[in-house]
Amino acid sequence: MTDRARIQAEATRLRAVFEAAGAQVVETPILQPAETLLDLYGEDIRARAYVTTDALRGEQMLRPDFTVPVVQMHMAHGADPARYTYSGEVFRRQELNEDRANEYIQVGYEVFDRTDPEAADAEVFALFRDLLAPLPLQAATGDIGILIAAVEGLRTTPARRAALRRHVWRPRRFRALLDRFSGRAAVPPARAALLAAADPFIDAGPELGLRSRTEVAARIAALRADAAEPPLSEHEIAGLDAILATRETLPFALERLRDIAVDLPAISAAVDRLDRRAERLAARGVDVDNLDFEASYGRTQMEYYDGFVFGFTAKGRPDLPPVATGGRYDALTRQLGQGAEIPAVGGVMRPGLMVLLQGGGA
Amino acid sequence: MTVRLGVPSKGRLMDKTFDWFAARGVRLARSADQREYAAQIEGIGGVSLVLVSAGEVPRDLAAGRLHLGVTGTDLVREKLPRWEQQLRELVPMGFGEANLVLAVPRLWVDVDTLDDLDAAAAAFRAQHGWRLRIATKYHRLVRDFLREAGVADYALVDSQGATEGTIRNETAEAIADITSTGDTLRANHLKTLSDGLILRSQATLWQSRTAPMTGADRAALSALLGRIGLS
Repeated sequence: MTDRARIQAEATRLRAVFEAAGAQVVETPILQPAETLLDLYGEDIRARAYVTTDALRGEQMLRPDFTVPVVQMHMAHGADPARYTYSGEVFRRQELNEDRANEYIQVGYEVFDRTDPEAADAEVFALFRDLLAPLPLQAATGDIGILIAAVEGLRTTPARRAALRRHVWRPRRFRALLDRFSGRAAVPPARAALLAAADPFIDAGPELGLRSRTEVAARIAALRADAAEPPLSEHEIAGLDAILATRETLPFALERLRDIAVDLPAISAAVDRLDRRAERLAARGVDVDNLDFEASYGRTQMEYYDGFVFGFTAKGRPDLPPVATGGRYDALTRQLGQGAEIPAVGGVMRPGLMVLLQGGGA
Repeated sequence: MTVRLGVPSKGRLMDKTFDWFAARGVRLARSADQREYAAQIEGIGGVSLVLVSAGEVPRDLAAGRLHLGVTGTDLVREKLPRWEQQLRELVPMGFGEANLVLAVPRLWVDVDTLDDLDAAAAAFRAQHGWRLRIATKYHRLVRDFLREAGVADYALVDSQGATEGTIRNETAEAIADITSTGDTLRANHLKTLSDGLILRSQATLWQSRTAPMTGADRAALSALLGRIGLS
């Protein structure tokens, strides 16, 4: 059998397992409207996905993943609850590393279910663990929901919380905002001059473009209001730092996060969910005592996940991308649902890498 | 086979390139008919002169169709993400200096830094329903720069010329473009961000790392580089 045939056969086998677990098989078009993906991920997606155009439909993207079209399909006419599986090529632009595939097969499993989100998290993770058990892989887990809960509970203005919430997935800007809101970073001279000016528009040019003078004035008012706010408290900043530094096996991580929750009670509900997830995982036979947990896991690569996240990587093969990844993306269903929303969790695996690790070539 | 030297096919960049080589004792000359894109190099054997659009020099060097080429740093960085593996930078030539900068209307007195631009983009998107548009032809450089800085909620729109005019025409809210003196920006009521310098560029002589060479080519190349003081 050729490599490609072996990979296809493996993909078919995996999809059949997901089907047997109760998932409905779905297909999605390879060409996706670029606008939806750009609005979700921002311009960065252009560096990772192939964009093509025609005069009729404008920009189209070669499917960089299945999650967005599957969520759209579910939000448009899905049953509630629903489980889906799919298998097919995804395309990733590669400009720096020739060894990374720009086209490969993903097999996925997605659960849309309101009844017990932590049980659904455990269901997906346990299915993946069982399928991947024969391979020498290392599992890692995380939960972006804890950091998000901490940000949403900060005792400061809604504007500051929203600014931090918006940059949860961009660690550098998140840190810069924290430094500014806590008074650790000095106010830039131009900002200080602007806030002190009697007429901030004295050197302004003429009205030009769509961003109006009123919008500029509104932001100056917001900056003035923000300058009058007290800095974020040291203990809240320390709490955020402690969350971001949490990296233990799951039971120790839980203990640590319980300690942090004494100072940051806003994360208590998120930590309860983590606890409940640990129970559900244990009930499915996952060895939670030895399961790695890292609070900032997936923070830079997995932007639409807003709760549980997980990944399986090949031991001793740092050159390979993860063999499987997944997580919870409740907020994505809200963004694509036009008013509707549903708790959702899922994951994808790469049969090509699985075949490779089974010793079957590329 | 000969060693192929690519130089910009028109305008100031071509004239300055000819002057630069002449000052080092190598005469480049166009054919008598100025409309014909043909030229020769005098006094050095085994080297042929090719007139190419400056924008195509990076690609031709990377593909090995040119051994040497003159073009701006901006075009190399924009078109070749792995330029260091494909090209060798031989010498900056001291002309064609230009900076790739982010510029916004002077009306935006609240925006001086990337931090401000990011906050303004978030507010703009909330107000207008679409991402703040930045017009440029340097998509890769601008995108990498803004990603590094953690700026979100912007869209790049393509502009291959008269980029400063896109704001007045309401097809963009901000621009990222090449400027040498800043005069065009000022004339169009724009200002640069204080931390918005994306790249300093100038005309540079590059060598391809991929172009095939015979023994005779190597000798010709080394004679040329010796003549211009680079051996």
